[in-house]
Amino acid sequence: MDLLLRGITHRYGATEVLNGIDLTVSEGEIVCIIGPSGCGKSTLLRFIGGLERPDEGEVLLSGEVPAGSLNPLTYVFQDFALLPWRSVEANVSLVLEDHPLSAAERETIVADVLERTGLSDFRKALPRQLSGGMKQRVAIARALSVRPAVMLMDEPLSALDSQTRELLMDDLVALWQRERFTACYVTHNLAEAVRLGHRIVVLSRRPGRIRTVVEIDRDLGAREAGDPKLDAVQRELWQLLRDEARAADREIADDVA
Amino acid sequence: MTSLEQSSLDQTSGGRAAGEQREGLRPVPYRGGGFRPVPIRLIGPFVFLAIVALWEAGSRSGVISNLVLPAPSEAFEAFSYLVESGQLWRHLSASLQRLVIGWTLGTALGITVGLAIGLFSLARAGLLPLVSALFPIPKIALLPLFVIWFGIGEGSKVATILFGTFFPTVIATYGGVDNVDRTLVRMGQSFGLSWRSIVRKIILPGAMPAILSGCRISASIGIILLVAAEMIGAEYGVGAYILMAGSLFATDQLLAGVAILSMLGLIVSWLIGRLERWLLAWRG
Repeated sequence: MDLLLRGITHRYGATEVLNGIDLTVSEGEIVCIIGPSGCGKSTLLRFIGGLERPDEGEVLLSGEVPAGSLNPLTYVFQDFALLPWRSVEANVSLVLEDHPLSAAERETIVADVLERTGLSDFRKALPRQLSGGMKQRVAIARALSVRPAVMLMDEPLSALDSQTRELLMDDLVALWQRERFTACYVTHNLAEAVRLGHRIVVLSRRPGRIRTVVEIDRDLGAREAGDPKLDAVQRELWQLLRDEARAADREIADDVA
Repeated sequence: MTSLEQSSLDQTSGGRAAGEQREGLRPVPYRGGGFRPVPIRLIGPFVFLAIVALWEAGSRSGVISNLVLPAPSEAFEAFSYLVESGQLWRHLSASLQRLVIGWTLGTALGITVGLAIGLFSLARAGLLPLVSALFPIPKIALLPLFVIWFGIGEGSKVATILFGTFFPTVIATYGGVDNVDRTLVRMGQSFGLSWRSIVRKIILPGAMPAILSGCRISASIGIILLVAAEMIGAEYGVGAYILMAGSLFATDQLLAGVAILSMLGLIVSWLIGRLERWLLAWRG
């Protein structure tokens, strides 16, 4: 299943946040969206997932939804969005409870995704007992449980410390190599983008427009920290973003981005 | 190994400085600590017993006149007589029945209306000004009206407690709903949860801490109103007992009645504490 964005333009009051975004996300690829803060990255992701409607333009799906997908467009949030009163397994089963599944089927899915994310020993733990990295693993397990066609990841590693971030990036790479999931990955961290993105979409400062799309044709598994080619791409991206980031930094925020 | 390497690597031993060259050195003054009350067991009961003992001693020695304040032992005797004569249970059961019915109905209605105000724009626009206007009215002032509307019997007493507990519960509930983390609601929507599921599994548990602290307040209000309501046309009930004792200037009985109310308050607060520990175990 592919995802097509056509001429997305949006305003919050008098401020234009996004302008004429055209983008295609093909099956099996990870598209990273980067840009200075306040450029409308997260807003764009909310349009893709149908949580908000753009003023102009449309988000289209092409191709069949894969069989067995319970929630084709599934988010992973920056702040995990786990229910603090539910245990790990209950947080995962929450998103299955509204689907016509038997208790046994549900249990099978929960056990399976917790196994795949290395959380089997933490089934009964409450979110407050888990580290940030473990919480985000639970959120990823929850996303996997509904068999998404496209994962919409909104700065999923930004709330984590740099060491945990490295570990989770490795996990995501391993997961992609096994499952070849499709993802739209919003981040402000260039290292994450060059590590995980097949394509990197660079947005400009408000109003967000696509400045350029960088393609990295190196296999995700073969990418390592210190790779000169990746470093070169990251430097190039930083050159693109630097002045805009500085300008964005000096802006007075008057509304939500 | 050069001396430079030694001094930079050999930091763990630190033995060289110890013992010598102490003059001119002083410890960093400690400025932390405090601002963190810790629970100390038995102090509370001790203070209570000390005051009662002092009071008893004062009464026996004649410092406190019996006319002004009866001795605690006399109040206890009045209480024992209540227990022995079986009157205690009669008064208490009448009061408890009114309290339980009034508080339960008031809380249930309050949570329902509070949820509606928290969830629907129309309910908020229509009901919130009404609640804000009626909340500050002392319900005791309306008691004569309730007697006309619901009769001199149980109806007016239950209605007083019901109205008294309804408003604080509404305000606590809608405040709790407002404070539920919106990202959790958005998460529910993004996974395609139904409206009912979002309310039942995300909003209601998220608002539960606020609802339970509302219950604490409304239970105390309920007890206050119970006594007030029982002072009009009630044959039995703790309030009626206190009123009767007061009009006979039987101050020992009056104190026994007040002590019963105080104990009732403690028990209710303990029950809500248990409920909190059970429902809010996830907060740790």
